[in-house]
Amino acid sequence: MRSAVIVFPGSNCDRDLAVALEQVTGRKPAMVWHRETDLPEGVDFIGVPGGFSYGDYLRSGAMAARSPIMRAVTDAAGSGVPVIGICNGFQVLTEAGLLPGALMRNAALKFVCREVPLRVENSQSLFTANYDAGEEIVFPVAHHDGNYQADETTLDRLEGEGRVAFRYLDEVNGSARRIAGILNESGNVLGLMPHPERVVEPAHGRTDGRRLFEGLLETVNA
Amino acid sequence: MKAHVFITLKNGVLDPQGKAIHHALEGLGFSGVNDVRAGKLIELDLADGTADAEIEDMCRKLLANTVIENFRIERLENA
Repeated sequence: MRSAVIVFPGSNCDRDLAVALEQVTGRKPAMVWHRETDLPEGVDFIGVPGGFSYGDYLRSGAMAARSPIMRAVTDAAGSGVPVIGICNGFQVLTEAGLLPGALMRNAALKFVCREVPLRVENSQSLFTANYDAGEEIVFPVAHHDGNYQADETTLDRLEGEGRVAFRYLDEVNGSARRIAGILNESGNVLGLMPHPERVVEPAHGRTDGRRLFEGLLETVNA
Repeated sequence: MKAHVFITLKNGVLDPQGKAIHHALEGLGFSGVNDVRAGKLIELDLADGTADAEIEDMCRKLLANTVIENFRIERLENA
């Protein structure tokens, strides 16, 4: 799997994601600066990492979503390349229109930084094939703007089409229907606030996130 | 020519910041506040003759996230 990690000014989980991808795929991902206009040839997976791109100016992810590389990411997503947006990456993907809804300030106004239990709601996606439906896993979260909101019609549609990939078991940030991660219509774009890349090796204390990348690798290589 | 763009949360969208401001006002003894909604004001210094449609385009493409926000443009005469 030839993966690329997009790097914006203010990204801070780009290296964590790169290490996780290298461990799972055996190949170093290309680190692609936001001002590039093209992705490296033959990229078959794109990661949009967490962090505070552009210092969260205007709205979290708003400036990053309009940076030159995002046109190439949008084109690649349109042609079926799997794209994952984690934390700030999820905010970037909603701002770029690749995923519906918006991520607002946490309802309790506090920055939430802890491990949270999640339920895998859809185990049939590119990203979740290595989990069981309804399985409970634990990923860490670290965000201030993780409160997922969309209109009722959109929420009903996401639920009806099996596009809620992960759901918080407890109240975390005020997200509508406790949504933690969603898929796009074609199922090749996943955005989630929790950090799978921070739980991939025993030294992390947990390895629940590893299966996400392993499942993806198996699908991409299949 | 200057223009002000007011960005506000749509009705029904929860505004935790507005709520916190409301509580703080109550804490200071201001008891007559029914509700607080927080928004943004962006001041644009524009080339003369910039069309309304172009400012609206700026709002839709970047300044506001129309999933959750409304915008209102106010041109400032003689500014």
